[in-house]
Amino acid sequence: MIDIRDLEKVYIMGEEKVAALAGVTLSIGRGEHAAVIGPSGSGKSSLMNILGGLDRPTEGVYSFEGEDVGHFDDDSLADFRNRRIGFVFQSFQLLPRLTALQNVELPMVYAGLSPRERRDRAAAMLDRVGLGSRMTHRPTQLSGGQQQRVAIARALANDPDLLLADEPTGALDTHTGQEVLALFRALNAEGLTLIIVTHDREVAAQAPRRITFRDGKVVSDENDRPTLPGVSR
Amino acid sequence: MRRLDLVRFAGGAIAAHPMRSALTSLGVVIGVAAVIMMTSIGLGAQQRVTTAIGGLGSNLLIVSPGAARGAGGGFVSQGAGTTMSINDGDADAIGKVDGVAAVAPDVRGAAQLVADGTNWNSRIEGVTPDYLVARDLTLSSGRMFDDREARQGRKVVVIGQTVATQLFGTDDPVGKRLRVGSVPFEIVGVLASKGQSGFGQDQDDIVLGPLQAVRSRVVGRRVKGDNVQTIYVKAASAEVLDQVQEDVTNLLRDRHKIRPGADDDFQVQNMASIMQAMQSSVATFTVLLAAVAGVSLLVGGVGIMNIMLVAVTERTREIGLRMAVGARRADVLYQFALEAITLSLAGGLLGLLLGVGGALLMARLGQWPIAIAPWAAPVSLGFSMLVGLIFGAYPAWQASRLDPIEALRRE
Repeated sequence: MIDIRDLEKVYIMGEEKVAALAGVTLSIGRGEHAAVIGPSGSGKSSLMNILGGLDRPTEGVYSFEGEDVGHFDDDSLADFRNRRIGFVFQSFQLLPRLTALQNVELPMVYAGLSPRERRDRAAAMLDRVGLGSRMTHRPTQLSGGQQQRVAIARALANDPDLLLADEPTGALDTHTGQEVLALFRALNAEGLTLIIVTHDREVAAQAPRRITFRDGKVVSDENDRPTLPGVSR
Repeated sequence: MRRLDLVRFAGGAIAAHPMRSALTSLGVVIGVAAVIMMTSIGLGAQQRVTTAIGGLGSNLLIVSPGAARGAGGGFVSQGAGTTMSINDGDADAIGKVDGVAAVAPDVRGAAQLVADGTNWNSRIEGVTPDYLVARDLTLSSGRMFDDREARQGRKVVVIGQTVATQLFGTDDPVGKRLRVGSVPFEIVGVLASKGQSGFGQDQDDIVLGPLQAVRSRVVGRRVKGDNVQTIYVKAASAEVLDQVQEDVTNLLRDRHKIRPGADDDFQVQNMASIMQAMQSSVATFTVLLAAVAGVSLLVGGVGIMNIMLVAVTERTREIGLRMAVGARRADVLYQFALEAITLSLAGGLLGLLLGVGGALLMARLGQWPIAIAPWAAPVSLGFSMLVGLIFGAYPAWQASRLDPIEALRRE
């Protein structure tokens, strides 16, 4: 599903050029569950931003289902993020003014769904993450774990091809973090492709595939289930 | 995305900070209200000028003694302190000019009226019977004194409604007698009511008597010989008015033996041109007032821009998140622009109500004539929308240019 070749990302910091990604080649198939590990500054966040369509690579190829996402314009990238990607952030990134239901509706608003359609679907998504009874609560009325579930429901709203989670357990206690990871595994079992970016080895250990980054390069790529059925390249 | 959702987003952000939104709109509220009140005052003044001068009579020239001051002709100078340079002979001569429909020489003074032991202070004018024609006046009862009575110096008068009511109550005053100072007069007619003049004077508080009698017996000390204070000249039509004005001027220069190049010792004022001059100066004044008020509308716009810039900074993370879940740059741009326009338009709407209300209140309390222009509503709403668009554009553009990664990282 995802093919990246010789991917480079260079930031210009004043006079200096910093290579966040220094030639990354990687394939991730449909239905995979991968963890991207590495210390801060290893380039894993840059990779996630490019995979999610928030940023464009400086050099190299990023192809998603055969589409050259690396060269999309701003509007095409916005639509790509809207329909194909679900983001889960460390700090949840819920809009405090909106209820849980309205937060989940947000991606569907930009997809142009009718109010009735998106309400029904948002309610179903909240049910799916176990928050069916908290739909009209605002983020401040929810616990951290509940907020992250709302964020996951939002990420699933437009039925994405890929769920990208950036340190999803970083702001949660161990127990709540485990619950969120269990939810991820369940979603993956239903066929959702999942990439979790983390520096936490315990979190990474729960993913069947672990890609380790250092200094903008892949240093190891372990896979417990190399012959995943139905993998498309 | 759907347009209605855009409106919902903008409205939601405004409703989230009701106090701040209200204060932000206040500048536009005040600006629009001020513009509407100023133009209402200006238009009211314009209408007052029209009724004031129109009320003097149509196609009217006013000849008065003394030189005209300044170019273009000022307003009617009442000739206080100037020499009496026009007289009965001038009036008779003007009557023979082509295109003149009526000539009415006039002297006037204050009058202490007494009838049946009742006192009333009023004004008296000594006129010829043609005065009614020149000033477009009519009688409600009785008759006007005629030329013969006037020539003989008979002491007869026609009185206004106010005088009639003050002295005689509901009785018909025709045939009754009154004293002007110590001089007895017989009332032969009552004028139809004209109400208050545009200058705020009660036009019904007046006594009209024959020129000779009033001049010699009532105002004698102030007007010598056969001089008069004013000659009203009514032209036959508006078309010949300018020609009549020129002919009358030439005639009087001739009669007064004024050498070519020397200044007139009288002035002939054309009420139509005075009205035009006054209206244009009132209009200029109105534009000036509205422009000053318009500046506060601009200040209101700057206030909106300021708050929108703050909002973009405050909501950077929200913008980043919206972009991450699929908002296009245009979606963000429209959302913030619409927010600014809504604030401004709401302010404009409130300002419109406040301005109209304030204008009506002024009309009632201040006795000031107010005319609310029919275009006030669409123009003020259009303008406030434009202000929102202009001053909301830059903050909205800034919001739409944010980098989603940077924006999401912002604390």
